[in-house]
Amino acid sequence: MSEIALVNSPNVGLDKTQKGGPYVNDLSTLNLGPTHPATHGIFQNILTMDGETIVDAEQTVGYIHRAFEKIAERRPFYQITTLTDRMNYCSSPINNMGWHLTVEKLLGIEVPKRAQYIRVIMMELARLADHIVCNSILAVDTGALTGFLYVYQWREHIYEIYEELCGARLTTNMGRFGGMERDLSKVAIEKINVLLEGLPKGLKEFEGMVMRNRIFMDRTQNVGAISAERALNYGFTGPNLRAAGVDYDVRSLNPYSSYEDFEFDVPVGTKGDTYDRFLVREEEMWQSLRIIQQAMDNLPEGPYHADAPHYYLPPKQEVYKNMEALIYHFKIVMGEIDAPVGEVYQSVEGGNGELGFYLVSDGGRTPYRLKFRRPGFIYYQAFPEMIKGSSLSDAIVTMSSMNVIAGELDT
Amino acid sequence: MEKLNNQQIIEALQKTFGEDAVYGIGESHGILQVTTHVDNIVPMMHFLYADPILKFQFLTDLAGIHFPEAKGQELGVVYHLHSLENNVRLWIKAYAPIEAPNFPTLTGLYASANWMEREAFDFYGIIFEGHPNLIRILNVDDMDYHPMRKEYPLEDATRHDKIDEMFGR
Repeated sequence: MSEIALVNSPNVGLDKTQKGGPYVNDLSTLNLGPTHPATHGIFQNILTMDGETIVDAEQTVGYIHRAFEKIAERRPFYQITTLTDRMNYCSSPINNMGWHLTVEKLLGIEVPKRAQYIRVIMMELARLADHIVCNSILAVDTGALTGFLYVYQWREHIYEIYEELCGARLTTNMGRFGGMERDLSKVAIEKINVLLEGLPKGLKEFEGMVMRNRIFMDRTQNVGAISAERALNYGFTGPNLRAAGVDYDVRSLNPYSSYEDFEFDVPVGTKGDTYDRFLVREEEMWQSLRIIQQAMDNLPEGPYHADAPHYYLPPKQEVYKNMEALIYHFKIVMGEIDAPVGEVYQSVEGGNGELGFYLVSDGGRTPYRLKFRRPGFIYYQAFPEMIKGSSLSDAIVTMSSMNVIAGELDT
Repeated sequence: MEKLNNQQIIEALQKTFGEDAVYGIGESHGILQVTTHVDNIVPMMHFLYADPILKFQFLTDLAGIHFPEAKGQELGVVYHLHSLENNVRLWIKAYAPIEAPNFPTLTGLYASANWMEREAFDFYGIIFEGHPNLIRILNVDDMDYHPMRKEYPLEDATRHDKIDEMFGR
C-alpha cells in the first residue's frame, strides 16, 4: 500500500458535520500506475475507492505507443516482422509467424510441411514461455515466490532455443516469408528434447505448490469473474475467454500452419474468474508440450522453406557467385518487390488471444493499411467492470491473470 | 448442420435491407465483404446479431481506413464480424466524406466497440455518434490532427537522402 500515492478525490469534499467522523462515506482517488511494480507494464488505473473497495476505475493507455501501424505503411513487408516482435514480447515468435502467414496468404506462397511443423514447435514454445510468465507471476502477486523459480528457468531455456533458430532471444524476427531462415539444428533438437523432459517436472512441482494451495485459492477464486456472455460481448479471446467457458480457439476452429495434424484439447473453465484463467493456462501448457512432442516425433523431411525466390532471401554464398541470387538479394533487402493487390485477414492464436492481421495492399512495396487486432487491447477494456466492488488486492491479481501486455496493447 | 455459405448471407441481407443497400460484394480468401450505407450499419449489425441462423455475435475488430482519392468517400470503417457458431467471417464496410465523417456507434450492441471506435477516432478522426466517451486513446490528448490519415507522411519531409526516383518508385 505504501507505494501507492493516496490523494483526496477532488469531487468529494470532507463533510465534518457528518456523524461518525469526517471520513465516513468519503471516496478517495487512488492512482495505480502508470509505473507500478504490480501492474507489470505501463498502465494507469485511476481507482475511486470507498475504503478498501473499488467503486469505479478509469484506465489510461498508450504510454508506450510507437505508431506501428503508421510505420508499417512506409516499410516493405520484410521490415514489418520486426515491428510485430515488439507487440506481445512474451511470445514474439507467434506474432512473427502470424505476420508471415498473412503475407503468404496475400502472395499465395505454399509453405513446405517441415517449415510448418517447425513453426508450430516455435509457436507452442512461445505459448509456453508466455503462460509460464503469466502464471508464475500471478503466483508471485499472491505471495508465492518460490514456484516462480521452479518454472522460470524453463523460459530461459526456451529463449535459448529461439537463439539457436534465429539468433535473438526476445525480439526474435524469426522465420521468413515462405518458411524458416534456418533448419532445426542439432543443438536446437537437443534443447527441445531437454525441455520436453524437464519442463513437465518443473511444472508439476509448480502446480503441486500453487494449484491446491489454500491461500492461492482464496486469493483467486471468485475474483475478477466475468460471464461467458459478457466476455464475448467484450471481445475476449484466448485463455481469458476459454476460462469463461467458451471453447473458441483459433488453432482448432481455423487451423493454420498444419495445426489440424495435431491432437490437442482445448481446456475451458466455468466461472471465468482468476483461478479459472490460471487453470486454463496451466492445462494449455500441458497441451503445448503434447503438440511439441507430436511435431518432433512426426517432423517431416524436406526443405524448410518454400521455393519463392522473389520473397525468400537466397543463401549468402549464392549471392556472391550467382547473378539471379544477387538480383533477388538486392531487391528483397531494398524492399523493391511489389506485392499483389489484395485484402487479407489472418489470425493466429496468440499467447493471450486471437492475434489478427488485416492487410490491405494496393500493389505497392508497402502495405496500404495494416491493422493489428491485438487481443489485449480489446479485452483490457473490461477491466473496470471486472474489479468493481472488489478490493484493491483483488484488482492486482485480476490484472495479472488477464495477461495484458503493454507493448501489444499500445502497439 | 450444413455450413453457412456466403451466398446465404448476401441473400439474407438483400432480403431484409433491399438490393440497393448491399453493394460492393466481394470475396477475399474466403471472407465475404459487403459495403453498405452508413445509415444501414446499426440495423444491419442488429439483424446479423439477432438472426437465428447467421448469428454474427462477435466483433473481431474495427479498422479505420483512408482513401484520399475517393472523393466523398474518403474515410471508411471495416467491421470484422465473426459468427463463432458457423465459423464464418464477414467484413462490413462503409464510407463517409472526410468533411463529415460521421458513423453511428456500435457500443450499444458490442461493449468491445468502445475502445475500437476510440482508436478509429484517434487515428482517423472518425466521429462515432452516440459514443459514451469519444476521446483519444493511444495518442496524447493535445494532439490536434489524426495521424493515420494519408496526408501525413511518415518520414520527415526535409530529408533528402532518400529520393524516391533513385529507387525507381
